[in-house]
Amino acid sequence: MKELRLMKGNEAIAEAAIRYGVDGYFGYPITPQSEILEHLMAEEPYKKTGMVVLQAESEVASINMVYGGAACGKRAMTTSSSPGISLMQEGLSYIAGAELPCLVVNVVRGGPGLGTIQPSQADYFQTTKGGGHGDYRLITLAPASVQEMYDFVALAFELAFKYRNPAMILSDGVIGQVMEKVQIDDYKPRWTDEYIKKSFPWATTGKNPNTPHVIVTSLELDSSKQEQVNIRIQKKYRECEAKEVRYELINCEDAEYLFVAYGSSARICQKAIQLGREKGIKVGLVRPITLWPFPSKILNEMADKVKGMLSVEMSAGQMVEDVLLATKHKIKVEHYGRFGGIIPTPQEVLHALETKIIGG
Amino acid sequence: MTEEIIIAGFGGQGVLSMGKILAYSGIMQNKEVSWMPSYGPEMRGGTSNVTVIISDERISSPVLSVFDTAIILNQQSLDKFEKAVKPGGMLIYDPNGITRHPERKDINIYQIAATDKATELGIAKLFNMIVLGGFLKYKPIIQEEFMRKGLEKSLPARHHNLIPDNLKAITIGGQIIKDYHIL
Amino acid sequence: MNREDIIKPENLVYRRTPVLTENIMHYCPGCGHGTAHRLVAEVIEEMGIQEKTIGIAPVGCSVLAYNYFEVDMQEAAHGRAPALATAVKRLKPDFFVFSYQGDGDLAAIGTGETIHACNRGENITMIFINNGIYGMTGGQMAPTTLEDMKTSTSPYGREVQSMGNPLKITELLAQLPGTCYVTRQAVYTPALVRKCKRAIRQAFENQKENKGVSFVEIVSNCNSGWKMTPTASNQWLEDNMLPFYPLGDIKVSK
Repeated sequence: MKELRLMKGNEAIAEAAIRYGVDGYFGYPITPQSEILEHLMAEEPYKKTGMVVLQAESEVASINMVYGGAACGKRAMTTSSSPGISLMQEGLSYIAGAELPCLVVNVVRGGPGLGTIQPSQADYFQTTKGGGHGDYRLITLAPASVQEMYDFVALAFELAFKYRNPAMILSDGVIGQVMEKVQIDDYKPRWTDEYIKKSFPWATTGKNPNTPHVIVTSLELDSSKQEQVNIRIQKKYRECEAKEVRYELINCEDAEYLFVAYGSSARICQKAIQLGREKGIKVGLVRPITLWPFPSKILNEMADKVKGMLSVEMSAGQMVEDVLLATKHKIKVEHYGRFGGIIPTPQEVLHALETKIIGG
Repeated sequence: MTEEIIIAGFGGQGVLSMGKILAYSGIMQNKEVSWMPSYGPEMRGGTSNVTVIISDERISSPVLSVFDTAIILNQQSLDKFEKAVKPGGMLIYDPNGITRHPERKDINIYQIAATDKATELGIAKLFNMIVLGGFLKYKPIIQEEFMRKGLEKSLPARHHNLIPDNLKAITIGGQIIKDYHIL
Repeated sequence: MNREDIIKPENLVYRRTPVLTENIMHYCPGCGHGTAHRLVAEVIEEMGIQEKTIGIAPVGCSVLAYNYFEVDMQEAAHGRAPALATAVKRLKPDFFVFSYQGDGDLAAIGTGETIHACNRGENITMIFINNGIYGMTGGQMAPTTLEDMKTSTSPYGREVQSMGNPLKITELLAQLPGTCYVTRQAVYTPALVRKCKRAIRQAFENQKENKGVSFVEIVSNCNSGWKMTPTASNQWLEDNMLPFYPLGDIKVSK
């Protein structure tokens, strides 16, 4: 039987990384996610699995250390919060351009600028629409519980290696700081160097005597070749969109109205659903689990069944644009959000549904 | 059964650890639990609060604006959270340092002089367990054996010798809590 | 005597090291990069570590260094090579890891990564080509550009009051406890080439003993950026660069 623990979301990320067999963590402290690095240092994973943990001098260094580790075919990761993630955008673009797998966790706080250390979901655009320069995407997972924080570490690495692309866990201060029940796994051994060398010919694992050296780069000065790189990357993204969409439907069977929300907002919407159904409002929730690829198809199908959707986010309205694109203006879609670190209450979310969608 | 609780007081009063022990004990009793702290500069000596939810079902929002029970350990928290108790709900407070006592008439209010008791017994560090004992007297949602297991899980092994004292403090809390305003 | 009679093993006096690829280098004729590449490659060959070496290329003139070294190579973002090298070495501690950077990359945009990798004492070799100019982007002022030296962004000469002073980063790094070997070399005469190779060899040998960062600065010319013939640029290097950037070992730890 798996062990049950009460853990913070941040601690769950750290514990999952050790137990899943991550090779290297490189990070820099920032609220509200410093528990990740603290937990990793306290656990001394080098003694347990050989995992390397290093506090870097900056987020810029952290993401480039991840690049170096990922280029060796190792499972490398970093974590930060919004301002630190902004600093990592250059590195993320290079990693996507060099087609390397890695995991980056963003425990989002409110911005812009130094903003607030309180929870927010205002980094949706940055995460799903690029952030760094050039045509690339981040495979983005949005956990809504501490268990998902734990589970998505493995899932993110699996997807990252499957598509040779960086994966992001987009969390927020609520899911990072809340403690919940978590089932944890036994320690899995890390990949051996022999396994990596055999499995990932793109990785710098030491030149083989009879084959050319391996080069990991995102540079291609010949435009015709660079276009081929872009075409290949885009093809990979189309495949990812076709195969990797994940979402959860809650109380949707008889729903006349829907909330669309991810992460902690989805949790708040679940409470709002309870309150709404007590009042006789048939409301459900579509919870995107992958923010990219976005669950556009199911939202489009649901738009044929319900009267309206309210996109609930702790932002000024970012994901709502994807909901609008998905539902093609077939029904009324509105946004409700709080920002600056204010978490909306279930009562005000329900009120927004009643005024903006049902009565609107 | 779902019990939605806010515990609020000064940083250093053991607000967060009280919530954590309660939540861990909930897990031991096979409940769903959630523990959501306020965080930030408040962690360093200012006010501190934590929302604890214990339930038989999957927990929806870990962040709430109204509560079944408020456990209040200073004046600022009383001012902030008295109004957040659901009608018919429960408020427990330590009168130490309180200048404006709770005034609501639509909730059950209990007083627990845990600060005085802990000082009297020389167990200042177990103050929060006395308060928790007061809560468990009126909301016996966790059985003693699971409290013990919760303490084992939440306290580092080097402090396991203190578990009997913790349990004793919980018992004392149940003895000294008294009615302030009962519906 | 025809060609075939001459090309025999017993007549071999010099050959391309197999640690360099057959790609034609893009460096300007007369530039020191090609010589520096060759020395690093020869050391790797002589130590027999080709299959156990990972190199990190920078952004700048040597951005394409990965096309020339026949070892597994990673191309870093501008200034970040020491961060990549740190992770590679930590995750593959039995490998030899070197970074190869120019002055803009190492001493301007990447100063933070440089200093912290050195201060942590990462067990790597850092090769630093200092030619006092941004060559790749067309001859702009670098952190190491000398006082009064003309570049495309200091067209009337580097005026230190407004443009700051040339940075002796190598002396600065020698102060850090994490560096075990810090030296300044040059490659514009045969004697200096031989000396430089010994320094690079030492810098790689140190990795066997986990001694910390071995840092080799190579003061080089940039005849294109300096707008001189190769010969004139070598003379200018000797007359102007070396008085400010004197050659020799700065730190040798036991």
